[in-house]
Amino acid sequence: MRARLSFRHGVHPPEHKELTAGVPVRRMPYPEEIVLPLRQHTGKPARPLVEPGDRVERGDKIGEADGFVSVPIHASSAGTVKEIGLWPHPDGSMAEAIRITVDAFSPQIPRPRIIPHWDGLTPDQVVKAVQRAGVVGLGGAAFPTHVKLLPPDDVVVDTLIVNGAECEPYLTTDHRVMTEYPERVQFGIRIMMHTLGVERAIIGVEKNKPDAIETLERTLPDDLDVTVQGLTVKYPQGYEKMLIHALTGRDVPPGKLPMHVGVVVQNVASLACIAEVFETGLPLIERVVTVTGPGLRRPSNLIVPVGAKIRDVLEFCGGLLDEATEIVFGGPMMGGSQPDVDAPIIKSTTGIVVLTKKESRPRRTYPCIKCGHCLDACPVFLNPSLLGILAQAGRFEEMEEADLATCMLCGCCSYVCPSNIPLSQMFALAKAGAQRRKQQAA
Amino acid sequence: MSTAPILTSVAILGGVGFTFGTLIAIANRKLKVWEDPRIDTITDLLPGANCGACGFAGCRAFAEEAIEGAVAPAGCTVLSRMEVEAVAGFLGVEAGEANKRVARLLCAGGSDVAGPKAEYYGVESCAAAVAVGGGGKGCTWGCVGLSDCAVSCDFDAIWMNEVDLPVVDPEKCTACNDCVEACPLDLFELMPMDQKLIVQCKSLLQGDAATELCSVACDACGRCAVDAAPGLIEMVSGLPVVDYTKNELADPSACDRCPTGAITWVEGAQFDLKTDLDSGMTMDSEAFDRRPAMAGSEVA
Repeated sequence: MRARLSFRHGVHPPEHKELTAGVPVRRMPYPEEIVLPLRQHTGKPARPLVEPGDRVERGDKIGEADGFVSVPIHASSAGTVKEIGLWPHPDGSMAEAIRITVDAFSPQIPRPRIIPHWDGLTPDQVVKAVQRAGVVGLGGAAFPTHVKLLPPDDVVVDTLIVNGAECEPYLTTDHRVMTEYPERVQFGIRIMMHTLGVERAIIGVEKNKPDAIETLERTLPDDLDVTVQGLTVKYPQGYEKMLIHALTGRDVPPGKLPMHVGVVVQNVASLACIAEVFETGLPLIERVVTVTGPGLRRPSNLIVPVGAKIRDVLEFCGGLLDEATEIVFGGPMMGGSQPDVDAPIIKSTTGIVVLTKKESRPRRTYPCIKCGHCLDACPVFLNPSLLGILAQAGRFEEMEEADLATCMLCGCCSYVCPSNIPLSQMFALAKAGAQRRKQQAA
Repeated sequence: MSTAPILTSVAILGGVGFTFGTLIAIANRKLKVWEDPRIDTITDLLPGANCGACGFAGCRAFAEEAIEGAVAPAGCTVLSRMEVEAVAGFLGVEAGEANKRVARLLCAGGSDVAGPKAEYYGVESCAAAVAVGGGGKGCTWGCVGLSDCAVSCDFDAIWMNEVDLPVVDPEKCTACNDCVEACPLDLFELMPMDQKLIVQCKSLLQGDAATELCSVACDACGRCAVDAAPGLIEMVSGLPVVDYTKNELADPSACDRCPTGAITWVEGAQFDLKTDLDSGMTMDSEAFDRRPAMAGSEVA
């Protein structure tokens, strides 16, 4: 099938990427304290392996994966375990977290370790190594990577899609990884193709990142079928199903995974992380985070140790301006507002966006005028207007019949709504309710 | 035009009707199930809300059980005392002494004592606020104050007071469980009125970490437990748990030992009932106006 390099519907919000698109990645110094929540990924939280008072080195495993859909947690800095207790989690709740007082004089050298050469490993061994290193999808959903690498026997995967779309406004994390660490991305692709046994890989990058496309094309391997494709600049181009449609013309049916149409999607940052695991033997303990927004003094792209508090990161970026009103984790379209600056950066944090009153002022909600803008914007062809009316009436069962499960909460409907109806928040609520009903029934 | 077709059809339909009518009459005679006529009378005396607070499937089911003698008329918590007497008088039984149950809020952290950590803009519902980031209150276990419970109450027994806590009127509360299900933080619990020692806090934090967020939070000092009657109060993961099977041992002295007031002795309503009743409002209208209308930023 022909690649369309785009998809139907969607929106194009102002990008605001110019704040950090050209800013090279810097390393943030270690803060005084690191807080590592045991739940940083989709799936079961990890089990703590350390006790308060224990000395840990950088890269030590401090939390064990609990089950298959789970990954271990590693110390992102040398120091002493201060406490294992409740701490604000970026999802707004209080969650179990391991607090480590950073050893300010430590050279932060990890313990000696054996780095296996990827070429000599069977796919199963690679997958195990990826899980051991605690690698999760760094695009924002934090789904454990190793789960995606083990397709069931009846599924044939023929294409690896590399997600460099980064369609959320403000964020430039993947952009900087692609321009500064293209070799790492290519090495990650090589390992993934070996593991999955696929012949073809396509890197999808939105056309608003010409330098990233150029760098990746320059570093393409000669012996593998890897191509770079420029994509139409449109939100949510980076959502798996949209990306697969744009690059291969295949459509993932509702309730199915990309692997059911022969595709595995990996984010560029996750691939760079996998490459790092096999280059240095270090687990996922730091990541590139875009710290940006009009409310921030010095927007930057930073390598941040996982577990650094928002407070410390913002301080390193010059602090907040007086107009700052809201801190959002992830992009402004799908990200969650942070009620607490003590919450830590976790593995899934792609960026911190500081908004001012101008962007985040509360606006009055008006009744739905049935204009149909949301229908034209919804990338999964739902009827957000109808769903919104059902949600307001509390008719959640009917919403489920109207394919609420297909909704991925991209926020396009809320974005275009002229009546400012918080549609996607209502859908998030309905989805949470549906999940709770399902649990009660089980 | 001949009248024959008309007469034929009338005869056929009449015949069919008569035959089936006879069959139904016979069936009624042969297959009749006798039902106590008092069931209907009692059902009429009951409130008819089918709230289920009595523990039966509805008012009619309760009426059947009451006639059987399985439950005393006072088991219906919605009826007033006089109405209970009426039912008892009709059945010729003792009215019984039902332990009236009411919904109790396990949080006393109003907006005056539990400070905010952020402002919440979005759908005006506790469930929505909790789903996207815990609402604005510093304490993540405490009442969000967006009145999901008051909306769910069919008996007008709950309204929000000036510090955004739901006030439950024990007179009106029927213990129907609607608010218990509505609260996304599980802060409501149905308790018999004679359980007067109530822990009004669910915060799992301990010590200063808890009281920093809310001055009436339980800081897990355990003073209420140590000097209480043996086995009455036990500390479980930083919160006192009252063993209500030993309820007769409970006394208000535990509250005097509590430095924050998280454990309280409740007679009647938990919070001041008068707040809005005088003005006839069920909600603080000024506070309602102060709230921004809806989401400005997308937090979903």
